[in-house]
Amino acid sequence: MEKITVEAVIENLQTVIDFATEHLEERDCPMKVLMQTELVIEEIFVNIASYAYNPETGAATFCIEFEENPSAVLMTFIDSGKPYNPLEKLDPDTTLDIDERDIGGLGIFLVKKNVDELAYEYTDGKNILHMKKFF
Amino acid sequence: MEIKKEQNGSALTIHVIGRLDAGSAPELSKELTTALDGVTDLTFDFAELKYIASAGLRVLLVAQKRMNKQGSMKLINVSEAVMEVLDMTGFASLMTIA
Repeated sequence: MEKITVEAVIENLQTVIDFATEHLEERDCPMKVLMQTELVIEEIFVNIASYAYNPETGAATFCIEFEENPSAVLMTFIDSGKPYNPLEKLDPDTTLDIDERDIGGLGIFLVKKNVDELAYEYTDGKNILHMKKFF
Repeated sequence: MEIKKEQNGSALTIHVIGRLDAGSAPELSKELTTALDGVTDLTFDFAELKYIASAGLRVLLVAQKRMNKQGSMKLINVSEAVMEVLDMTGFASLMTIA
């Protein structure tokens, strides 16, 4: 397992994405999966950067590892901010018309749509979000 | 991200180039605040937009709500990767995509 810890601020988003991309490319991950993974990382990292420690800042750790047969990437985000289970967030109603659509909840919804497994735990004062995606 | 604007009377075309993510979306949002004044026909040209995340979708939603009051808005030259995100979130049916 490889991991990287950065201060959870938007400016560090690219660092985490580059870290993940490097490992995914080493495994010849298809371009489509690469883009979907990038989207997932952005949405989770931005959430941590925006809410976990607000108004302070703190650390976010991203871990990546791989499985074979079938090929899958396992990603984990860990922060020590306020307890927050993103799986409890209600999905936006994508059938509503424009005036009724709200701008919230889209990020987590995109995460759910782009990974195959998603699990949350709060352990030892840490938010831990596990994600698995087959490719 | 880079933004290029072409204004022709009350018609405005905005080319969004690169990535519309959490880092760049605030810049587009700020640009639109004043750029849409007096515009009745807004076109986003996404020919060179490679990536969009929820932060970018929010900017589009705000723009669409504003344009519904003062004219019309459409998206053109949407790439497959961006279209996938628009489809997934139901945005494809909220917006005119040509």
